[in-house]
Amino acid sequence: MAANTNFEKYKSNGTLAGNVLEWVDARFPATSMWKGHLSEYYAPKNFNFWYFFGSLALLVLVIQIVTGIFLVMHYKPDAALNANGVPVAFASVEYIMRDVPWGWLIRYLHSTGASAFFIVVYLHMFRGLLYGSYRKPRELIWLFGVGIFLALMAEAFFGYLLPWGQMSFWGAQVIVNLFSAIPIIGPDLSVWIRGDFVVGDATLNRFFSFHVIAVPLVLLGLVAAHILALHEVGSNNPDGVEIKKFKDENGHPLDGIPFHPYYTVKDIVGVVVFLMVFSAVLFFAPEGGGYFLEYNNFFPADPLKTPPHIAPVWYFTPYYSILRAMVWNFFGLPAKFWGVVGMGASVVIFAFLPWLDRSPVKSIRYRGPIYKTLLSIFVVVFFVLGYLGTQPPSFWGEKISQVCTVFYFGFFLAMPWWSRMDKFKPEPDRVTM
Amino acid sequence: MKKFLMALLFAPLTALASGGEVHLDKWPGSVSDKASLQNGAKLFVNYCLNCHGASYMRYNKLMDLGLTEQEVKDNLMFTAEKIGEQMRVAARSEEQKQWFGASPPDLSVIARARASEAGSGADWLYTYLRSFYRDEKRPTGWNNVVFANVGMPHVLYGLQGQQAFNHETHKLELAVPGTMQPAEFDKAVSDLVGYLVWMAEPQQEFRKTLGIGVLIFLALLFVLAYALKKEYWKDVH
Repeated sequence: MAANTNFEKYKSNGTLAGNVLEWVDARFPATSMWKGHLSEYYAPKNFNFWYFFGSLALLVLVIQIVTGIFLVMHYKPDAALNANGVPVAFASVEYIMRDVPWGWLIRYLHSTGASAFFIVVYLHMFRGLLYGSYRKPRELIWLFGVGIFLALMAEAFFGYLLPWGQMSFWGAQVIVNLFSAIPIIGPDLSVWIRGDFVVGDATLNRFFSFHVIAVPLVLLGLVAAHILALHEVGSNNPDGVEIKKFKDENGHPLDGIPFHPYYTVKDIVGVVVFLMVFSAVLFFAPEGGGYFLEYNNFFPADPLKTPPHIAPVWYFTPYYSILRAMVWNFFGLPAKFWGVVGMGASVVIFAFLPWLDRSPVKSIRYRGPIYKTLLSIFVVVFFVLGYLGTQPPSFWGEKISQVCTVFYFGFFLAMPWWSRMDKFKPEPDRVTM
Repeated sequence: MKKFLMALLFAPLTALASGGEVHLDKWPGSVSDKASLQNGAKLFVNYCLNCHGASYMRYNKLMDLGLTEQEVKDNLMFTAEKIGEQMRVAARSEEQKQWFGASPPDLSVIARARASEAGSGADWLYTYLRSFYRDEKRPTGWNNVVFANVGMPHVLYGLQGQQAFNHETHKLELAVPGTMQPAEFDKAVSDLVGYLVWMAEPQQEFRKTLGIGVLIFLALLFVLAYALKKEYWKDVH
C-alpha cells in the first residue's frame, strides 16, 4: 500500500480544538501523514519476534539524541591538561559522572545505548537476511539501511574518541593511520583527517563536531528516507509474500492491519522488554564486562604510552579481524592496504545483496538446506571474527580469521549461483500466522 | 545441528582463553561495608594522597560514608580548606617524575582502569599492594611482582614489614615483620581497596538500588502493555 496522500481533509466538529486542527490540516498534511504512515498504513498481520528491532532502533536513536544533548552541556572537547595534570576532556566525563546531578545516568544511558544500537541494528539486519526483506521491490529500503549502518559506524567511531581515554586515543590513532596505507595520497590524507601529525586537540574537536552535528544529520535524513521508502512499497513479512495481491472491497490488503493501533501496542510490549534488558546492563553492569566500556579507557589518553593491546569496541571487531587477516602484499601494494580494502568491502558488500540473491522465494521458510546451512555458518563466522577481533594477534587466531574471511566473502560473491540451486518449497498465496 | 553450531561458536573461546597473566588474589572486601570504607578512606588520605591525587573526588562526597562534615574536616582533610574541594596532591607532578621516573597516576578511577580478563580492578589492587619486595637494584629499593620495576616504593612497609622474593620457589616471604600481623595487614589493604573501588564510582550502590526499582516498574508495565496488546489483537486472526 503506497503511502496515500489523498485523504480527505479534516472537518471541524465546531469545538476550538477541532477548528484549530481544521485550520492546520488545510495548510499542512497532518491528517494524511497520520493516516498514511500510521492509522491507515497496512502492515502484514504476521510479524514475529524479529520485527521488533526496527522500532527499537528508532527508540535507541531517540535515547542517544536526547542523552547526547545533555552530555554536550557538560562535556568539554579539550585535550589540554588541567591544573591536576589530567586532560580536560577526560576530567569533564568524570565531572558528568560525579558532580552533574543524574549525570552518571545520562552518561550510562548514552554509553550503553551505543552498544544497544549495534545489537538492535545487527538483529534488524539479520531479519532482512532471514526473510529476504532486501529483495525487489525493497532494494532502496535496504540501500538506505546500509547507509544508516555506515553512518552509525562513523558516529560510533567519532564518539569513541570523546572520553579521551587510552583506548579512545589509540583506537583513533590506529584507524586513522589505516588511511595512510592508500597509495600516493594516503599519508597526506591521514594528516588531513587528524588535522595534526598525531591524534590531538584538533582531532578531538573535529570528531566532536562530526559526532554531534554532521553524522546525526545524515543519520536522521537516512532514517527518514528508510521509513518513507518502506511505507511506499509496504513491509515484507516472515512468509516473504506480498500482502497487496489480495485486497478487500475498500482496497485494504486482506492480510494487513493498520500499523496504529495494532503494531503500536505490540511494539510497546517490545519496548518494555527491551528496556528491561537495557536497564539490567545499565544499572548492574554498565561496563558490559569491559566490552561496552573498555577498562583501559579509564586511563586518560597518553600519547607517549602505547597500550600493549589495542582492541576496538566489540561492534567493530568482525571487520577488524578481516583487516588483520590480510597479511600478504598483492600487486606491489602493502598488506595493510588490502586489509583496509577488505574491511571496507566487508561492510559495503551488504549493499549488493538485493542483486546477489537469485532465489525464487524470499523467506527462509520456503528456502532449502543450502541457504539454511550457509546462513548458519555465516552467523558463526561473524561471531568468530568478532571474538578474534577482541583478542591480541596470535598464530591460530590469524589462520582462523583468514578462513573465516574467505567464507565471509564467498557467502556473498557465490550467492548468485548457490541461491538458485537450492530446493525450494512452494510459497503460500496468503500469509500464515 | 544447533548444538554443533553452538559448540563451534564457543570453541575459540575455550581454546584461546588461557593467557600467561600473573595470578591475582581475590579481593575479599565489599563496598557496602561503611566501617571498612571509612578505615580505607583514612588509610588513603594518610598513605596515598601525599603523592597521588584523586582530582575528580570531592571531600564532601566522603559524607556518603556516614561521616559528618566536621568529622571529614577533622580527620581526613589535611591539605584542603573547603569541604567542596577536590582531593588534590601537594607534590607537583614534574617533580615527582624526577623522583620516581613517572608521575603517580590520579587514583579517582584506578579501580575501574585496572580491571582486566585476569580479574577485577579490586583484585589487581589488592594483590599489587601486598606484593612489594626488597630489590636493591631498583632506585627506590623496592620492586613488585604484579607490576615489574614499578616506580612506586612500598609506602605501607611500616605496616606490612619487608618481603623478599625467593628465586627458587618464586614466592614472597616476610623477611622483616611490620607493625601489623599478616592477617591484619591484609584486612587493612582490603579496606583501602574497598575505598578505591567506592571512590571510582561513589554512586554505585545507589545505582544498583535504583536499578531494582526500575526493573520492578518495568515488570509491572510489561503486564499492562501485554494486556493492552492482547485486548487489541483479539480480533486479528
